Parts: sequence; structure tokens; C-alpha cells
Amino acid sequence: MSDYSIQHNLAQAAAAGEAAAPKIRIHNLAKIFETRRGRFAALDDVSLDIPVGCFFMIVGPSGCGKTTLLRILGGLEFETHGSVEVAHSGSARPLNSMVFQGDSLFPWMTVWQNAAYGLTMRGRPRAEIEEVVGHYLSRIGLTRFKDAYPHQLSGGMRQRVSIARAFANDPEILLMDEPFSALDEQNKLLLQGELLRIWDETRKTVLFITHSVDEAVTLGDRILVMSAHPGKVKTVIDVPFERPRQVLELRARPEYGALVYNIWDELRDEVRRARAQDEEGVRS
Amino acid sequence: MSVAKKARAAQSRTKMRVAKNRDLVIGIASPLALLLVWELCARLGAIDTRFFPAPSQVGARLAALVASGALWSDTAASLTRLFWGTLLGGIPALALGIVMGLSRPIRAVFDPLVAATYPIPKSAILPLILLIFGLGEASKIVMVATGVFYPVLINAMAGVMEINKIYLDVGHNFKASRWQVFTTIALPGAMPLIMTGVKLGVGMGLILITIAEMVGAESGLGHMIWNAWEILSVETMYVGLIVVALLGFLFSLALTELERWLVPWKAAR
Ligand SMILES: Nc1ncnc2c1ncn2[C@@H]1O[C@H](COP(=O)(O)OP(=O)(O)OP(=O)(O)O)[C@@H](O)[C@H]1O
Ligand SMILES: [Mg+2]
Repeated sequence: MSDYSIQHNLAQAAAAGEAAAPKIRIHNLAKIFETRRGRFAALDDVSLDIPVGCFFMIVGPSGCGKTTLLRILGGLEFETHGSVEVAHSGSARPLNSMVFQGDSLFPWMTVWQNAAYGLTMRGRPRAEIEEVVGHYLSRIGLTRFKDAYPHQLSGGMRQRVSIARAFANDPEILLMDEPFSALDEQNKLLLQGELLRIWDETRKTVLFITHSVDEAVTLGDRILVMSAHPGKVKTVIDVPFERPRQVLELRARPEYGALVYNIWDELRDEVRRARAQDEEGVRS
Repeated sequence: MSVAKKARAAQSRTKMRVAKNRDLVIGIASPLALLLVWELCARLGAIDTRFFPAPSQVGARLAALVASGALWSDTAASLTRLFWGTLLGGIPALALGIVMGLSRPIRAVFDPLVAATYPIPKSAILPLILLIFGLGEASKIVMVATGVFYPVLINAMAGVMEINKIYLDVGHNFKASRWQVFTTIALPGAMPLIMTGVKLGVGMGLILITIAEMVGAESGLGHMIWNAWEILSVETMYVGLIVVALLGFLFSLALTELERWLVPWKAAR
């Protein structure tokens, strides 16, 4: 496919939702880790299509391979079988940026330098970096801390900076690995709202891992429920709520509760199964 | 905070300050007392002044050597060699150490070489170095370089290998080039240990330069100390020892200050 036709397809896809080629096409993906204790299948036969501009949520029991899937998409890990195809729009923007699970800010850089990392590595002009980084730092409410080092921030503040780092890089796809798990409930609510607003402006394709079913339903267009080890697609559920969304208003609706319940129902067996596997592992 | 608590906190702060002042007083008083006892013993003939001249004698010699400019020219000669030797040994050690820390194959190539040559006492290769580089400046500078090289290399490598892998993942995901990974992740991430290596290296360099200058040098503090032995001028020998000790102390102060500046994210804790 020529660049033109890819772009053309993407434009169509954006217009028609998902009728055209997906942004990400994952086909029969499997990942096996070779460890000292033998081969460990983290992902098995995962097939997914993710449309352009989709806010795609991933839930599943701990250890089911969510991070592994994201790392393969981010080019940090390679698949053992199957394929991942990502449609590149042909622009100079980076394909994807990751918000990592856990602390990943460079301790030796200030908040500002951390948030500017992607743009700096790509050699963007200074004025652009100033503007973009300033914008996102103010969106996450950390302008005042721009010269602080990460160890001077709380865990939640650090997580916000790593979100700003990914957004400032302006990627086509955002890969977010439990970005809000270190936040307190109030800040989580505020940032979910903020994330929705930023996303509404940019409509990037987002892959977002979470342990919280509430979060999945609040933010997502679509929710992938993964099965316990080895990670497979258990089901994919569409979220019918319109956009833009108001987090609190949404949660008060009866359909919201029903959907959360449905997803829990799907998830419950898998979480139990994962528990049982872990206990078996301990015994053996 | 309650009044009682405040009072207690203030009390403990005062106690702390008193304790600190006391430590400072003792820190100054005890060496002074030792010097006084030494002076008395020397004057009373209780110790052999051929080996342990009275501090006042050493002080007089120090003043004379400063006045004649001899002390300064020897100190400058040693410092110059130390400076070039530190650069000659430190910069390649830094580059190689970081690259070895980043790359497994390169580590596999150089690790056995480093492991095999590191335990050789650097003073033992002085004759070989004199043979290769002659009696001039080059052999002195190379001696210092060998002393600085190993601690910097080993610490830089360890520093890079201790960097959490997630930071390299971040570099990779944000498309940092090899060079950018080197300058934005490996170098700053390893900096705390690199500074430890530099401190050890400079200390080793100071030891080696004094030894090297004792053999076939016409200047430097090592030469001054050796020459004092040859002409049985024991006071001059003590002056040399004092200056070497003082240099070691000043280097360690300066490097600690440099570390605070280079590693603000650790020093601030
Ligand atoms: N580099 C690796 N080597 C060996 N096994 C690995 C490696 N990385 C992950 N695994 C294993 O693969 C499985 C999936 O890990 P992954 O991190 O993707 O889980 P996760 O779904 O993100 O879990 P969590 O929700 O707890 O973050 C785990 O059982 C883990 O032990
Ligand atoms: Mg994970």
C-alpha cells in the first residue's frame, strides 16, 4: 500500500468509525518467555482489530499478559508467533508513546526535562518544546513543580508527569499501562476527566490497561477482557455511552451499573482461575 | 504542636548543636594537643629528633621552602602530572566503562582483560613504564593514568549495569539514538558510582605520583621527599608529607563538592 492509500484509508476510517482498515491489527499473537524454569506462555492466540481513534481498554487478572501485549505494541518486546500491523499515517509524528506501569521518570532530570524527553530526543525546535511541555504541565497541574526532581514529588505527581511526557510527544497511539493506579481516588477522578478532555481534542488511538472496571467503562469505547494465563481474548465489549462524557454524571446512570456488572461477571471467573494458578505455583 | 512538645524539640535541637560544637572543639584540640606533646618531647630529648623533629622545626622549614619558591614549584609539578594523568586515565575509562555496562558482547571481550590486569599492583609496573616511556614527564603521567583508569572503569560499568532497565525501555520507546541513550541515561544514571570511582582514582593517582617521582624525577613532591632522605634533611621530608596529605584532603573536599553539583538529584536527599 502506498503512503497515499494508507492516509486515504485512515481518513475514511476516521470518518466511518471503524468501517475501514483498523489502526492496529493483531493476528494470532503469541508470546512465550524462555525462563530458567522453562517456557512460559504469556499470550496465546490473541487476535484484535483496533480502529483509528478508539479508546481501547484492557482488563484482566494480574499476570495475564496485559503489559506484555502493550510492550509488544511499543516495540519493547517481540512476538513469538503471529503478527502485529500498525497503520502509519505517514506523518512525522511518532507511532506510539508509552506511559509505563510504575515509576519510570528519570530521577536525574527535572519534571520539565522529563516531560520534554520525547520532543528533545526527536530534536524538535526549542520554541515548540517550550510551548507543548508548558501546555501539558499546566493541564496536569504541575507547572509550579517544573524544576523539581522526581524524588521531591509524590507518587501520584510522578505518574502525572509520565502521562504528560507521553502526551507531549504527540504520538499516533498512546499506550497507557495502569497510569492512574498510583493515584488517590480524588486525583484519579480529576485526571480521568482531564484525560477525556485532552483525548476529545486529539482523538488519538489509546490502549489503556486498568484493574478498575469502573475506569474501563468510564473512559473506554471498547473493553477487552483477557483470560488468565495464558492471556487470551475472553471477550470484547462495546461501551455505548456518547462523548464527550462527564465522569460523575455517567456513573449515576443505571446503564452504567449494568455494564460494570456485566464486565465483572466476565472477569470474576478469570480472577479466580488466576488465583488458583498462583496457589498451584506456590505448592509445586 | 503542644508547648511541652515544642520545648522538647527545641531542647533536643540545642543538645544536637552543643554536641556538634563539642565534636568540632575536640576535632581541633586533639591534634593540637598531640603536636604540643610532640614539641615538648622533642625539646626535652625524650624522642630522637633525627627521626621526629620538633613541629616548630618543621614549621620553620615549611616557611623557608615557601619563601624560596621551591615548595610551590614541586607542588605545581606534581599537580600538573596528576591533572594530565587523571584525564589520560579517566576519560577512556569512563567511555569504556559505560560501553561495557551497556553492551554484553563488549563486556565479554574486555572483562577478562580487566580482571587479569586489575590486581597487578600499579607500583610494580613502574619499572616497565620507565622502560617504555623513559624518565621524562610521560612516564609519570602514565603512572597516574593507570591508577585512575581501573577504579573509574569498574565503577562506571557497575553504575550503568545498576541502572533500572525501565529507563532504557523509556529511551527505546521515545526513540533515543545510541548516543542519546549514552548521554541522557547511561552517563547520568551511572554518575553517582562514577564519582565514587573518580574519588578512589584520584587518591590512587596521588599515591602513584609520589612513588613515581621518587625514581628518576627532578621535581615534584615525591622527588622532594626522596631527596630529603638522600641529604638527611628530615624536616623537608615532613614538609613534603604534610603537603601530600593536605592535597589528598583538598581533593576529597573538591570532589565531594563536584559530586553535589553533578548529582543534584541524590545530594538533595
Ligand atoms: N521478561 C519476562 N520473562 C519471563 N516472564 C515474564 C517476563 N515478563 C513477563 N513475564 C510473565 O508473563 C506474565 C504476564 O506478565 P505481564 O506483566 O504482561 O502481566 P500483567 O497482565 O501486566 O500483570 P499486572 O496486572 O500484574 O501488571 C507474568 O506471569 C509474568 O511473570
Ligand atoms: Mg502489568
